[in-house]
Amino acid sequence: MATDRSKLAFWLLLAPCLIWLVTLIILPHVGMFLVSLREKVGVREYETSFANYAVFLNEPLYWNTFARTAYMSIAATILTLLIGFPISYYIAKLTRGRTKTTSFLMCLIPFWVSELVRTFGWMILLRETGVFSNFLQYLGLVNGPIEMLYNDAAIMTGLVYTSMLFMVVPLVTTLDSLDDSLIEAGYDLGASGFAILREIVIPHAMPGIVSGCIVVFMLSLGNYLTPILLGGKDSLWFTGLIYSQFITRFNWELGSAFGFLLLGLSSLIVFVGLKLTGQSLGKTMAQS
Amino acid sequence: MITGIPQSRAFKWSYRAYVTLFFIYLALPLATVCAFAFNDSVFPSLPWEGFTLDWFFGTDAPYIGVFHESPILRSLVTSGVVAFWVSVLAVFVGTCNAFLFVRHEFRGKAILYVLMLLPLIIPGIILGISILVFSSTVANFLEDATGLWFDRLRPGLILVVLGQFSFITTFATLVISARLQKFDPSLEEAALNLGATHWGAVRAVTLPFLYPAMVAAGVVAVLMSFENFNTTLMLVGSDAPLTITMFDRLKLGSTPVLNAVSLLLIVVSALLGLASLLLQKRDD
Repeated sequence: MATDRSKLAFWLLLAPCLIWLVTLIILPHVGMFLVSLREKVGVREYETSFANYAVFLNEPLYWNTFARTAYMSIAATILTLLIGFPISYYIAKLTRGRTKTTSFLMCLIPFWVSELVRTFGWMILLRETGVFSNFLQYLGLVNGPIEMLYNDAAIMTGLVYTSMLFMVVPLVTTLDSLDDSLIEAGYDLGASGFAILREIVIPHAMPGIVSGCIVVFMLSLGNYLTPILLGGKDSLWFTGLIYSQFITRFNWELGSAFGFLLLGLSSLIVFVGLKLTGQSLGKTMAQS
Repeated sequence: MITGIPQSRAFKWSYRAYVTLFFIYLALPLATVCAFAFNDSVFPSLPWEGFTLDWFFGTDAPYIGVFHESPILRSLVTSGVVAFWVSVLAVFVGTCNAFLFVRHEFRGKAILYVLMLLPLIIPGIILGISILVFSSTVANFLEDATGLWFDRLRPGLILVVLGQFSFITTFATLVISARLQKFDPSLEEAALNLGATHWGAVRAVTLPFLYPAMVAAGVVAVLMSFENFNTTLMLVGSDAPLTITMFDRLKLGSTPVLNAVSLLLIVVSALLGLASLLLQKRDD
């Protein structure tokens, strides 16, 4: 009797989960994969082939954009780590009490705001009539207005800014759990600051570093707003290609193939990152 | 906090300067957006033409403020409706998931758990196009088979809600599960010993314990739904939520009315974010 009832409860709990995952995650991705294998041979006539993937390989514009998106995302990830690590160490180890809470909150608040607003802020700062340009003219460092928007550096600034939180939070969490006495013992034994960083702090923070890097890389790879708004019309980003195939060209077959390539690259990086450090997806995601 | 480690004065000061610079970097874009909401000029850029509140309350073109700009108000309502449904659905499924993963052991649990986490690592734009492709295929199939129209499966608000729900549910599940794990099952057993039914015990004891987490998850869902762009972009129909309307304006170049909207968004999302943190922290 009791087991019957708990079985019923189990199935009632399982149903929403399965409906959600099957209809919104699994079937759509299987469907997208099947569409990416379709080749249009006539009006409403299709054949199964890898033609769309061949188009990707044969058109330098496409795979150059793909490669560019990948290495720009890697660069953004490394930059975010380099900028964010000292900050996380400061918050976790060099402050306490209210200062610590406040500085952590100050890191969080910008990220509750829409990415659109953040990007808009950078546009106002960087554009020709913007704040930086006027400031430099005021200081007399430049003669005329300068355009700082619409180049790769602007994209990079925006990407690093947008992803910073996802690096800082896991780093602060792991660094917090590092026992201070280990660092002090290192000093007592005569190690230099750099040696302590390399031998004690970084090995301990590794799980946080990995999960931060994975999330930042994925976010950069899948970003659409920042490259489009800060990089201007000529800036190529893979998500922009996907958008134009779907919405402008109405070529869903090629768009799906692009989507699958992006998904493949992003999953591959996550998988390699987890394998290299021997962590599980669940633990890594719980941290961030 | 580490004390008693000798560090040179120069190092300490440069470290502090770096941290200060970092926080300026964090605050600068948002502060700029807010400041230009009060500039008496039709462009959100320098020179500074003086202080005005027209971008909030103005009624004469081109100085039409947020509160009189009907397209923006309409998309704000649209965003609100979408956020409401997304958070209701996400909290409901999230709560079911929490009970499922915390209370039950079953074959395939590990696989299902990984599947549940997957939406976190799928780029938003891919979630959007996959749902777009799938729902259109289903709509085409149904229309061919029945001869009726199935407009609800075409890009529009229903698809936007489903698209956002598909990944926000994972966050809701994680927030609510974290709280359920802290629940002491003996409280529920006590209720059962006192003659409560299973469902009665859950409703009278467990759910009230979960409420703070459920409200926090709901607030997080509203925040994420409001600011979502990538998934929404691929699924949007004729009624555009706020982020999409703002994006279209931004591409064309706009008056500081966008700054005024942004300022309101910053204030509201900061308050909501703090509220969700407080709810999650309570009784920890």
